[in-house]
Amino acid sequence: MLPIETYGEYETAWCPGCGNHNILKALKQAFSELDLPPHKLALFSGIGQAAKSPHYLNCNFFNGLHGRSLPPAQGAKLASPELTVVVESGDGCSYGEGGNHFLAALRRNLDITCLVHDNQIYGLTKGQASPTTGQGQATKAQPFGAPSEAFNPMAVAVAMRASFVARGFSGDTAHLSELIKAGVRHKGFALIDILQPCVTFNRINTFAWYRERCVKLADDYDRTDWKAAMAKAAEFGESIPIGVIYENDRPTFESRLPTVGPGALAERVPDLERLAAILESYA
Amino acid sequence: MTDPSVTIVIGGEAGQGLVTVGEFLSKALIRAGYEIVVSQDYMSRIRGGHNLFIIRVSPEKVTAPREGIDLLVALDAATIALHRGELTGRGLVVADESLDFAGASGIKVPFATLCPRPIFENVAALGVLAKLLCLEPSWLTDLIGETFAKKGSEIIGQNLAVFQAAHAFAEGNSPGFDCLAPPAPRDKRLMLDGAAAAALGGLAAGVNFCSFYPMTPSTGVALTLIAHARDMGVVVEQAEDEIAACNMALGASYAGATALVATAGGGFALMCEGVSLAGMIETPIVFVVGQRPGPATGLPTRTEQGDLNLVLYAGHGEFPRAVFAPGTPEQCFHLTHRAVDQSERHQSPAFVLIDQYLADWSQAVVPFDLKSLPEVARPGREAPGPAVYERFALTDSGVSPRLVPGFGEYLVCVDSDEHTPEGHITEDAGVRTAMVDKRLRKLRGLVADALPPDYSGDPEPEVLLVCWGSTLGAAAEAAGILRGQGKKAACLHFSQVYPLVPETFLTHFERAGELVMVEGNATGQFAELIRAKTGTLIAKRILRYDGRPFTAKYIVDRL
Repeated sequence: MLPIETYGEYETAWCPGCGNHNILKALKQAFSELDLPPHKLALFSGIGQAAKSPHYLNCNFFNGLHGRSLPPAQGAKLASPELTVVVESGDGCSYGEGGNHFLAALRRNLDITCLVHDNQIYGLTKGQASPTTGQGQATKAQPFGAPSEAFNPMAVAVAMRASFVARGFSGDTAHLSELIKAGVRHKGFALIDILQPCVTFNRINTFAWYRERCVKLADDYDRTDWKAAMAKAAEFGESIPIGVIYENDRPTFESRLPTVGPGALAERVPDLERLAAILESYA
Repeated sequence: MTDPSVTIVIGGEAGQGLVTVGEFLSKALIRAGYEIVVSQDYMSRIRGGHNLFIIRVSPEKVTAPREGIDLLVALDAATIALHRGELTGRGLVVADESLDFAGASGIKVPFATLCPRPIFENVAALGVLAKLLCLEPSWLTDLIGETFAKKGSEIIGQNLAVFQAAHAFAEGNSPGFDCLAPPAPRDKRLMLDGAAAAALGGLAAGVNFCSFYPMTPSTGVALTLIAHARDMGVVVEQAEDEIAACNMALGASYAGATALVATAGGGFALMCEGVSLAGMIETPIVFVVGQRPGPATGLPTRTEQGDLNLVLYAGHGEFPRAVFAPGTPEQCFHLTHRAVDQSERHQSPAFVLIDQYLADWSQAVVPFDLKSLPEVARPGREAPGPAVYERFALTDSGVSPRLVPGFGEYLVCVDSDEHTPEGHITEDAGVRTAMVDKRLRKLRGLVADALPPDYSGDPEPEVLLVCWGSTLGAAAEAAGILRGQGKKAACLHFSQVYPLVPETFLTHFERAGELVMVEGNATGQFAELIRAKTGTLIAKRILRYDGRPFTAKYIVDRL
C-alpha cells in the first residue's frame, strides 16, 4: 500500500460540499491500496467540473475536449497496454456529448476504468439539464421541466453486456473506494456511475435525497446473472441500488487484436527490411 | 513532337471486374518497362452505374491522363454508346460480338466461345489487349500464374488456355492497331497509387497507430496499413466516427505511438476540434486528407482541390502547422514520411493533402531506398533529471522535450485548457501570453524546414504555370506542349503549401512574363493564399471543379 500523500494535495476549484471532493478522496484511497505508483497511472478526462479531477491528483493525465475522454483513453491503452488507464468525467461529458464514444467503449471492452461523476445537472455551464436530469425537473434552460426521458447508463451498459457495471455514491467513500478498486482490478471496461450532489445547481438531487434512496446490493446478489442485473439496473427512483450490478469475463479488446502489445508502441522501431519485402509485393 | 502514348479505357458497370482487368494490364505494362498513369472514374455505387478504368501508357514518361480513347474495352453496351465519340482516328472498340458497335471499328470478341464460363471473360479481354498492344504475353501469363497460385494448377491452366485462345483470336481478327513502341529496358519497379504510397511512407517513418472512419477517397490509406499491420506491428482501429478517430490518435500519440489518421474533407470537418487540441497539447499527429468535391457530400467519388482553406485554417485558436501537397504517388510516399517527422520535430499537426485522383492514380515507381531516408524524430523515454518534468517547458524554439508516460517516474500532464509548463490549468495572463508565444515560435522551425517549390522549364518563361498537389502532372505536360509550340514555358509546383517561404519562389515570379495559376477548385484558394502572403496577385487562373482531373489539353486550351 502506497501512502495517500503519494497522490498529492491540491487546492481545488470545486464548491464546498461538492460531491467531487469525496470522489477524489475515494480515488486516492483506491490507488493507494492498489499500490499504483503515479507514473504507471494515466487519467483521462473531458471538460466539466468532474473533468478537472486529474489536476488534483499526482499522476500522468490527459485533460482533453468535452465529451472526448474515452477516445484518447482507449488510444493510449492500445499504445501502452501496461499503463493503468482511468477515465473521469461528468454525466454531460460521458453520456451526452460523448454518447457515441460511450456506446463504442462498452462494445470494445478495453481494460480501462470509467468513472462518471453523475450529479444529474450541468455544473460548469451553470445549471442546464444533463442527460440524467429527471424528466420534468425545471432548470433555467428547461423552465417547463426537462422534456426528455432521463438516460439510464446502468440499463444501457447491462443491456450491452458491458463487462463491469457499478454504481457508487459520493456520500459513502469507503464503499466507493472498494468499487473503484474492483473496477481497476477487473480485466475489461469497468463503468462506475457515481451519484453526487451538485450543491449549487441541483436543488432536487441533494445529498439527503441520495442518502435516503441509495441501497447497497445484498451480499447474496448474483452479479453474473444478466436478467437479474437488467431488472436491478432499471431501478432508479424511491430506491437506487449501489454496488456492482453486473460483471462478466468477456475477453478484452486488446486480447482480440494481435498487434496490441507486448510492450508499448513507443518501443517499436520500424523494421525496414520487412518493409522492403512488402514493397517488393507491389512489383 | 508526336505523343507515343496509348489511352486504354475499360468501361462497364460496377461489379463487372473492370478494375481486375485494369490492374492486371497496368502491372504487366509496368513490368514490361512502360510508364503509365491510371485514373479511375467511378460512380458512388457498388453495382451498376457506369465506371471507367483509364490507362495512359507510353514508352516515355507520362504524368497525367489525356483526352481521346485509343482502345475502348466495353464490358457493356452503354460504354460504347457513351464513349465512341471520344475514339481517336486509330481508335478501336473491344467488346462482345453481341454488342452494337454503332459503326465504330473494332474487334467483336466471341466471349461465349472463348470462355468456358463468364468468369473467364476478364482474362480473355487481356489476351486480346496483349495482342493489340504487341505486349509480350509472358508479362501477363506470369501474372496469371502468380495471382491464381493459391487456387492450384488446374485453375491456372484454364486461365492460360483462355488467354491464349483470345490472343490467337485477336491475331486473326484484328483490324490493325499500331504496336506500342518498346520501352527502354528498366529495372524492377513498383505499381503504387497515391493512397497506398502515403500509407507505405508512413510505415517507413514508423507509423504504428491509425484510427479512421471509412470515407472515399482515403479508405485506401487505412486499408494499406491494415494489410501490413501484422508484419509491421501497427494497431489500426476503425473508430465510431471521425471525432473519435482523431481523439483516439491523439491519446495514442500522447502515450508514445506514431499516429496517423486518414480521412476525406467531410470527415476532416468533424476532426477540426481535435486538430485544435493537437495544437494546444502539442501532440504530434499526421492527417492524410483526401479531397473530393463539396460542399457537403458533393461528388463523393470524384476529385477536387477544394479543401485547402479548410486544412489551412482548421481548428479554433492559433497554432502552427505544416501542410504538404504531393504531386505524384512517389511524392505521397516521401511527403507522408516527412510529415511524420515534421509533426514530431515541431510538435505540431502535419497534413498530407491528396485528392481522389491522386489517391487512385497508379504509377510505376522505382523502389524506395529505405536506408537512405532521413531520420525521423521520436519522443524521449528517459527522464531529463531530478527536477519536475515540464511537458511545456518554455524554450527558444518553442519545442519542449517530449517524454512518453510510463517509462520513468516523471509525469506527463497535458491539458486542453491553457496550462502552466507542468501542464496544469491556469488563467494567469502572463502564463497565457508566454504559452501562446511559445507555441507560435515553433513556426520558425517549420519555416526553416519548409520545402521550396519545384521549378522546371525555361528560366525566363513567357508563361509560368503555378500549381500545387496533384495538378503537377497535367501542368508540367502542358508546359512541355507549349515549349513544343515554340513558346517559353515553365511549371512551378508547390509540394508544401504551408508555411510558404516567399524568398524561395518570388524570383521565379519576377522572371516570368505571365503567371497562370492552375488549381482544381472554383475560387483559386492557393492563388489567394499566395496573394495574402506575398501581395502578388495571380489574376490569370485556370480552374477546374467539375470533379474530373486536369489534363494538359484542358490547360493549353484555356491559355
